[in-house]
Amino acid sequence: MAREGLLIERPLLRMTQEQVERIHQASMEILMDPGLICFNKDAADIFQENGAEVTTLPDYNHPAWLIKIPEQMVLKALDSAPKTIKLGARNPENALIMNGEESRVYYITGSETNIWLDVDFPTYVKKADSSKEIQVPEFIPRRGTVADLCQSAHVCEHLDTLDGYIRTVNIQDKDITEENKDVNKYFASLNNITKHVMAGLTSLDQLDNVVNMAEIITGGKDQLKENPIISFITCLVKSPLQFVEDTTDTFIEICKRGLPVVVSSAPQAGSTAPIKEAGIIAQINSEVLAGITLGQLVNPGTPVLYGSVPVRARMDTLNDSYGCVETSQYNIDCVQLARYYKIPNYSTSGVCDPKIPGQQSSIERLFSDILVTLSGPQYLHCTYGLLDCNSVFCLPQAVLDDAHFKMIKFFLRQPIIDEEELADVLKQIRTVSGTPQKIFISYIRKVMRSGQLSEAYPFDGDGEGDNVFKLACEKTQALLEKPVDHIDEATTSTIFKEIPGLLPRLNIYQ
Amino acid sequence: MSEDIISKLKENVIQGRKTEDDEGIEEDLTGPGVIELTQQALDANIPANQIIMDGLTSGMEVVGEKFSTKEYYIPDMLASADAVGAAMDLLKPHLEKSGVAGKGKFAIVTVKGDIHDIGKNIVAILLKGAGYDVYDLGIDIPTEKIVEYVKNEKPDYLGLSALLTTTMVVMGDVIEALKSAGIRDSVKVLVGGAAVSEEYAKEIGADFYCLDGFDAVKKLDALQAA
Repeated sequence: MAREGLLIERPLLRMTQEQVERIHQASMEILMDPGLICFNKDAADIFQENGAEVTTLPDYNHPAWLIKIPEQMVLKALDSAPKTIKLGARNPENALIMNGEESRVYYITGSETNIWLDVDFPTYVKKADSSKEIQVPEFIPRRGTVADLCQSAHVCEHLDTLDGYIRTVNIQDKDITEENKDVNKYFASLNNITKHVMAGLTSLDQLDNVVNMAEIITGGKDQLKENPIISFITCLVKSPLQFVEDTTDTFIEICKRGLPVVVSSAPQAGSTAPIKEAGIIAQINSEVLAGITLGQLVNPGTPVLYGSVPVRARMDTLNDSYGCVETSQYNIDCVQLARYYKIPNYSTSGVCDPKIPGQQSSIERLFSDILVTLSGPQYLHCTYGLLDCNSVFCLPQAVLDDAHFKMIKFFLRQPIIDEEELADVLKQIRTVSGTPQKIFISYIRKVMRSGQLSEAYPFDGDGEGDNVFKLACEKTQALLEKPVDHIDEATTSTIFKEIPGLLPRLNIYQ
Repeated sequence: MSEDIISKLKENVIQGRKTEDDEGIEEDLTGPGVIELTQQALDANIPANQIIMDGLTSGMEVVGEKFSTKEYYIPDMLASADAVGAAMDLLKPHLEKSGVAGKGKFAIVTVKGDIHDIGKNIVAILLKGAGYDVYDLGIDIPTEKIVEYVKNEKPDYLGLSALLTTTMVVMGDVIEALKSAGIRDSVKVLVGGAAVSEEYAKEIGADFYCLDGFDAVKKLDALQAA
């Protein structure tokens, strides 16, 4: 039992097969020359024990090694990495089954933003004519809280197109510390959504607490293995080509536990990667492959996702530009590379540059959502509610995005063109052309009621007004009023007894 | 027996089944449609006014209610109106005998230079379904032919349709030609079409601007009731 996702029959390709193979070869060259700088001793040891060329780098303030990874080691790792990965869910019907060779897209939230956007609708009166007034959305940014995260997971539970949940907001309450952040963010998410929950870890010390929590919910170690309701994101390779110390530690420990993990790399074309497409793609590919190789050396068969978050730099600020066209190009290239390796891909779309919802946001997010979807990544994240690159989350924007994904999913239905269908429509054409009115309307009704027609835009304004955002806010409120299947009282009680650091206010039974 | 026919007639109007071959909204509805049932009603000597009031009009009232609550959409409304229009054709010879006063004769036309007729045809279906005696003169019809028709056939209403800004000016020409022929006051002129507006209708001296077919029925029915 799993969610259906969206199967892309003929994925959009940017590169020819020859270009894909050239990029692969270039990445293999990068892994040997210049290789990667590694700031994590365990990783350096693991690579060395398995035959990689590892040399100490004396010129750094921190212990560092240069690692040269041969192609055979990478190919062996790719061979042992699972081609099909299951991400489980509290409701087993919400599980995600991802096959690296099949372009079945799942839409996921994420990523962790610092800012939560509240929305108000103040009334403005026209100076020249006080009888005329309009309501305009006002966006109020503030630091995200654990209550926001609960609210976000609650609404996301009810978004039809949303397949899995990455925490949308960084919880910054006064009583949240580095020591208790992980358990609280996982619990707040898991308790408010029955879909898959993924997050990054703030502290490696919390890994076992988080895993124990998931085992309590699923019923034990074996049950969690069978139904991995949680997974992890790790950005262990910092661009360009550096294994960082702490996240690499975390990654190694997750791999030892055999839980699903994303090996994510996020180079910026222009600053931390070459501005040229071939350059950033070859580099990100080598960074992700290096991570995957380490994971398979630690624990062969660990379910790893090929995580790609490439982005182009803005020329005016050198900040990330998720809204620019090239960012979508890079992502589509990475989808193709992951498919070449048959590893499920964690891709990125829907992120935009502006800080608030509006026209620019809609255009940028739809542009990338449509195109990256067409390329067929298995796990498409960042797709709901994100603004200002990855800095701001707006819940009504996530509700709007859900409507837009319904349109994209509808568009990607396969056409029905067969003998029976053609016989039916030819009969219609012959019949109607013989009537004086020459109108096909009488044939609409059956099709209209069969679900074969796309739905009207749910935030359609009346008259000339654009009420999209107002209507999205009303829909958000309505979704918040719908019930959520929380973790039951007995399990909650066990979790609060056994897992340290949970905030008492998150226990809905007390 | 007659109650059964009328009840089925009403149900088939609601379902928009013009003939027995048509599909209704309910999958399993089969048997005679509105045309066949109207003929059965006439064969059973049910008076035309009873067929209209208890079968057709009563059915259309339900369709109207369903439309207003968004259970039905325009295609449903049109299917029902088309079925009622076809029934009215069958009933026409029996109306006088039955003492039914018609709602009036409505000539509808797309003016010279314009070949667009989908909107006009939809308006015609709705008017016919609402009980008007509709005559469709066609598309790209010269002004003098329209005037000649009004002079000879004396319709109560003349509906002029134009899609384009380049052809909507011809609607003004038609009104001027009716004036020149001394028959402007003999007919109410209604205008409509994508490029036409309330202001433009006033400017050329039309009696009514109709936003769409539903608006046309509403305005004409209001005029009848006045």
